[in-house]
Amino acid sequence: MAILLLLTLVGYAAGLVLPLCVPARPRVQNILAHGLAGVAGVGGMCLGITGLLAAEPFTMSVPSTLPLLTFAIRLDLLASFFLLTISLVGLAASVFALGYVTEYYGRVSISLIGSLFNGFLLSMTLVVIADNGFFFLVVWEVMSLFSYFLVVTEHEKSDVRYAGLFYLIMTHVGTAFILLTFLLLFQGSGSFSFDAFRQPGQPLPDGIRSMAFLTALIGFGTKAGIVPLHVWLPYAHPAAPSHISALMSGVMIKTAIYALIRVYFDFFGGHFPWWWGFVVLAVGAVSALLGVMYALMEHDLKSLLAYHSVENIGIILLGVGAGMIFHSYGLEELAALALIAGLYHTLNHAVFKALLFFGAGSLLYATHTRNMEEYGGLLRRMPWTGAFFLIGAVSIAALPPTNGFVSEWLVFQSLFLSYEMPSLLMKLMLPIAAAMLALTGVLALTCFAKAFGISFLALPRSSHARHAEEVPWPMRIGMGFLAASCIALGLAPMLVVPIMDRVTASMIGTSIAGKMLALGGWALAPVNVEFSSLSSPALGLILAAMAALGLALVALYGGTRGYRYGKTWGCGIPLTPRMEYTATGFVQPIKRVFSTIYQPTVKLETEFLEESRYFAKRRRFEFHIEPMFQKHLYDPVITFMSGLADRLRIVQTGSLHLYLAYMFVTLVVLLLVAL
Amino acid sequence: MITDHSIVQAIALTLAQAVVLIALAPAIVGLIRKVKARFQCRRGPGMFQPYADLRKLFGKQPVVSTTTSWIFTATPYIVFSSTMTAGLLVPVFASQMPLNFAGNIIAFVYLLALGTFFLILAGLDAGSPFGGMGSSRESIVASLTEPAMIMAIFAIALAAGSTNLSTIVHKTALLEGIVIDPSSHVMALAALFIVALAETGRVPVDNPATHLELTMIHEAMVLEYSGRYLALVEWASGIKLLVFLTLIANVFVPWGIATSVTPAALSIGLAVYVVKIAVLAVLIGTIECMFAKLRLFRVTDLLGVAFILALLGLLFFYILRG
Repeated sequence: MAILLLLTLVGYAAGLVLPLCVPARPRVQNILAHGLAGVAGVGGMCLGITGLLAAEPFTMSVPSTLPLLTFAIRLDLLASFFLLTISLVGLAASVFALGYVTEYYGRVSISLIGSLFNGFLLSMTLVVIADNGFFFLVVWEVMSLFSYFLVVTEHEKSDVRYAGLFYLIMTHVGTAFILLTFLLLFQGSGSFSFDAFRQPGQPLPDGIRSMAFLTALIGFGTKAGIVPLHVWLPYAHPAAPSHISALMSGVMIKTAIYALIRVYFDFFGGHFPWWWGFVVLAVGAVSALLGVMYALMEHDLKSLLAYHSVENIGIILLGVGAGMIFHSYGLEELAALALIAGLYHTLNHAVFKALLFFGAGSLLYATHTRNMEEYGGLLRRMPWTGAFFLIGAVSIAALPPTNGFVSEWLVFQSLFLSYEMPSLLMKLMLPIAAAMLALTGVLALTCFAKAFGISFLALPRSSHARHAEEVPWPMRIGMGFLAASCIALGLAPMLVVPIMDRVTASMIGTSIAGKMLALGGWALAPVNVEFSSLSSPALGLILAAMAALGLALVALYGGTRGYRYGKTWGCGIPLTPRMEYTATGFVQPIKRVFSTIYQPTVKLETEFLEESRYFAKRRRFEFHIEPMFQKHLYDPVITFMSGLADRLRIVQTGSLHLYLAYMFVTLVVLLLVAL
Repeated sequence: MITDHSIVQAIALTLAQAVVLIALAPAIVGLIRKVKARFQCRRGPGMFQPYADLRKLFGKQPVVSTTTSWIFTATPYIVFSSTMTAGLLVPVFASQMPLNFAGNIIAFVYLLALGTFFLILAGLDAGSPFGGMGSSRESIVASLTEPAMIMAIFAIALAAGSTNLSTIVHKTALLEGIVIDPSSHVMALAALFIVALAETGRVPVDNPATHLELTMIHEAMVLEYSGRYLALVEWASGIKLLVFLTLIANVFVPWGIATSVTPAALSIGLAVYVVKIAVLAVLIGTIECMFAKLRLFRVTDLLGVAFILALLGLLFFYILRG
């Protein structure tokens, strides 16, 4: 295990340093950086799998000269699971990047992107295996900084700089709250080691514990992108290069989920009141629904995917929150089920979201635009990318028999099994959360029908799309690997669930592997065999058999084999791309039905011909949706802060003498206090 | 949940159910049309006309738009397959279906969603504005029906202690350890009936007989299909209608369904099933003649009512049971 750990860490570290030392051509730097990241990724996957199967956690510790800080590493089951997820997506991203960064040759230093890419993966790996609060904070901050530098890769664009700044501020607000959490925990433990957090010397009072719960939720929630702290995602994800967006959205935000589970189930040992779980559940349900609703209105493909990360983090938190509620009522088996559902969705979301960001990156590579309204007809021009994107879209829309369906199904079951709970309020709230999840699910379906349908089908809407060509092989391999994972994770839950069960058993103390699987593993039957069951391999088989039946019916009754080609009827005039439904038009009914949430403003200006009021010369249509959180939550804070800064300007005169006087006065005051 | 059939019996039962669904679907469509014709004082075509239509469509050479991709030609098979798979999860004439283990009500809903997803894509594929319009509208109707459907079935599932359809039906048919609570069941039934009308594109949500593109939802989506592709899509939508009627009939009034696998029980089950479905089909035909189609943005109110009814059903269940 130590060797694998060394391979992983040294691989990333070499990838961090070596490309900067090679003054060679970008091609060599590209292969060197991403090749090393790929090797380290394989090492990380092996390490993760070994860690998941190991009986005892692997620990290692290097003392440092600073007080309170030790470079302690602990690879337990939870850490191994997240390490596996990070390495899996990291490996795919390394392969994808081999092709994708060729786009940047000559514009941006490839050695720098490659080096930062490795550094980012290294810091994420360290975040999940760190076993000391101080060490954790250091690598967490390093992770945030690496990702910030990657977001501003194309810093010559002003919107990219703005996105970077926004991200930097949000992530530091989050870090401040995380620091606060650890300081609160420190009150009881007197040490920053995670072991001391687990067994504090003196138990913390309830008030402090609840405060630590909230600061952790805010701090890690900022990174995870829960509503209303999600606002940085739709800026930062589109600005970053696509393989970085895939890493940020697929795995970086999951480190926050890791940390939340670590704090709530590990540090607090699962001793918490029911309302903690309820807060997490409510935050999850709201994030899921609002995330998908804002995604629907987005026509920048990468912003759309960013909002879907908010949605999926919400679904994961529904699982985690339900698990916390069940746990606080002592229903350990259900708690384990809900947590398994959350973890399974974490893995699945990492895989399909990275795949979709790769797809978006491929479209960007081929067309040089992120605007969906300029795509169209790309399935015929980019058949591989199209097929992979479709698999990702079907997975994220949770349609059987893909992986998204299985994990969302498990979340549904854990919410439905709430009828065993003693509290009437919770009995009602969990099914309502399930209804919100159902609405989220269909809206996600609509959103991806839009994303795929408008981008890949019908006629090309711009010359960019008309001249698009299929992307190079490394990008296709990166996508194909993840697409295959989507299908494998969907068809073989019986292999995944027992492993998840080991992870949750280490957190909760109850193993339900025997109660999850029925029919020799071919069906999932969570906890209560009577209540529900699902067999995704059987569904896949029946789907295939029924499609074959359809083909047989056609063969039986069909007359002629082939078909005739004809032009689509355009009411008498030749069909042009301008007649097609646009992405905006497609979601117009939804915008109207949910207008209370969107608060849309529509502006239509028409210039008529002078001769007649019946003929328009020019029309201008504009529509915006109200960015509710920005307006009512962030703008007041920003106004307040800049107002405060304005007032404080009085002391900042720019005179050196005055500053020296400030220092002198401060020194005197401090000396007086000390005396 | 898991039934104790032998392999041969299991396969035979599943196949028999598939055959019943496939064979009966066009007749139900024909029956509804016949009822509507009668109400409009027409004689109308015979009940078995849809079979002849399908046969003719299968024999015709389809025309495929030059704009389309493989999605367009694959969709009919995917829709047929997902609808049939969903149909096999609902008990039809025997309550203990061997495929019960394969999926519960959530799987049923999401399998139908798989078909909807591909139909929406196919509607967009030809590039015609009518297809896009149908797809856009179908997506909003689907978005609003699904939560109501899941809540309605959950309200019933609670009484039976299972979300697997065969188990619900079997337990209710034998009155075995279940609580039949009329208020919550009635609410759920009303909600599910509205959902069924919306999901299968009937009046007052959509009009399957309309000839005006601007008022179409489902028909606009499949406007570009012809020949064998149209036949498959039409057949699948007939099967979807039948499956929804089956769901309502067997979940709320399961009595008469074969609870054991004996020739006598099975033949009685089949006969009772046909009668129940025929009654529901006549009911739908009657509703189609008594109500006008709603405007698209009024449909949301109707579906909102369905959702509230389902939620009330759930509430009643918990409150009445304490």
